[in-house]
Amino acid sequence: MRSDRGQRAPLGLKIAAACGLLFLHLPILLIFVYAFTTEEKSFVWPPPGLTTQWFAVTWNRPDVWEALSLSVRVAAISTAIALVLGTLCAAAVSQTRFFGREAISLLVILPIALPGIITGIALRSAFSLADIPFSFWTIVLGHATFCVVVVYNNAVARFRRTSGSMIEASMDLGADGFQTFRHVVLPNIATALLAGGMLAFALSFDEVIVTTFTAGQQQTVPIWMLEELIRPRQRPVTNVVAMVVVLVTLLPILLAYYLTRDGDQIAGSGK
Amino acid sequence: MTIAAVQSDPTPAILPGSGGMRGALSDLFWRRPKFLLTLMLAPPLLWLGIVYIGSLFALLAQSFFSIDEFSGLINREFTLKTYGDLLQAANLDIILRTVTMAALVTLASAIIAFPIAYYAARYARGRWKALFYLGVMLPLWSSYLVKIYAWKLILAKEGILTWLLAKLNLLWLLDAWLSLPIVGGNSLSVSFTGTFIVFVYVWLPFMILPVQAALERVPGNLVEASSDLGASPGQTFRNVLFPLALPGIVAGSIFTFSLTLGDYIIPQIIGTSRLFIGQAVYSQQGTAGNIPLAAAFTVVPIVIMGFYLWGAKRMGAFDAL
Repeated sequence: MRSDRGQRAPLGLKIAAACGLLFLHLPILLIFVYAFTTEEKSFVWPPPGLTTQWFAVTWNRPDVWEALSLSVRVAAISTAIALVLGTLCAAAVSQTRFFGREAISLLVILPIALPGIITGIALRSAFSLADIPFSFWTIVLGHATFCVVVVYNNAVARFRRTSGSMIEASMDLGADGFQTFRHVVLPNIATALLAGGMLAFALSFDEVIVTTFTAGQQQTVPIWMLEELIRPRQRPVTNVVAMVVVLVTLLPILLAYYLTRDGDQIAGSGK
Repeated sequence: MTIAAVQSDPTPAILPGSGGMRGALSDLFWRRPKFLLTLMLAPPLLWLGIVYIGSLFALLAQSFFSIDEFSGLINREFTLKTYGDLLQAANLDIILRTVTMAALVTLASAIIAFPIAYYAARYARGRWKALFYLGVMLPLWSSYLVKIYAWKLILAKEGILTWLLAKLNLLWLLDAWLSLPIVGGNSLSVSFTGTFIVFVYVWLPFMILPVQAALERVPGNLVEASSDLGASPGQTFRNVLFPLALPGIVAGSIFTFSLTLGDYIIPQIIGTSRLFIGQAVYSQQGTAGNIPLAAAFTVVPIVIMGFYLWGAKRMGAFDAL
């Protein structure tokens, strides 16, 4: 009798899966090697020599620091706005049934379901129709809009697992609405919100397509990189920044995964 | 006596409200859940409604304006002239090129994604499962520009791919491919082949996750039953696995298709000078200053995606999301 229980995967499948994963990871690893290359003018492989001098050069570049500071401020404020809006929306949608519930989830998902260029140019044409000048806040406006969905997804998944009877029990025991929120609801959804916030931060930190339409003359890190890709000035500096960006986005993702790994829906499975 | 005791007992069965503004508010929320619901929904709906839907309408409205060819000013009167401009042969070329690329990228992503998703769903357990999951998640969330940059390093003429092919004595293969019309070019980083590879690379994780989710739901004994009944692995794949994975593949294809349709950065950095929809939109609104035509151009991917989503819904793809 043939039994597939504990059966091993066919060799062909193993090889195909391994090749696929290598295809996904090798290019990113390559960035780490190039950050140390001594070659300045071209992308020659293998690197003629290894050096750490470009880290010092990058450290002393004010434009890199300015871009980094702008990116972090935008991401922090967008994440804060998205946390409030996403949680409110998730709470309303998951705790009650009302007419138009489906339409609301569609509305939340739309900013990332439609290609980014549509969101970008739509915002830009709205700014131009309303005569709003580009500023820090126009960037935040765009980022917060598409960050809502990641917070929303995480919060909805957690609310679905949180039993409504706990809230009723808290009320029966005499807690008012605010106390129930503070002592029962918040501890239950805290890790999901933290994970959602991490992902929103990573999403905002990395966003380039919408930002090119809403930033005006300011440079976030991705816009700085895009500029370097189109008109390279100092390639080794770009290499170093690329490596740092990979590391900076890696941490929130790992943390978000760690925070929600026991749940039925792990954070970050949608972007 | 007991009755009197109960009657004189000052503690009521219901606790007193906590008093003050806070208590009053809390009571109001409890008594009128609709009020609380409205209060919770108002901020996100106002934000998304005004900022996002408002902007989309502003964009749509712009597509019905036209540009004055002499002054370059935008004429804010209703006209269909811009849509007429959209139907010029050069623009139709751009649309056709983009849709073809999106279809090819979707197909290739599905083929590469399937073994990874299948292995992760059926064979990976415990630690390996987590590793597979992170193995897809990390590239998904890694910086988009850094990924494109990495491919610029790989595909450059002096880059690692040329070096590898030279070591394997396969340079003639690369040269033969690059000398082909349409897909070829001076080097891979300025050819459609390069654009295609980078598109597949960047959107691949978006395909793997829904396919894996669909395959997780296929019971293992279904595959066993199929082979017990004498089906070859190929037949099992065609008649059992593939139809069950199809909603997941369609769900993933929504992302790969839509993202390819709207992207303007990848073909700009790795590709030829021939435009894709996203680039056309970008250059029309930027250097050309023709926002009406740019707006009309964005209507194209919206309409295509509308049809695509409608078809996908009929195939049950949304249950696999």
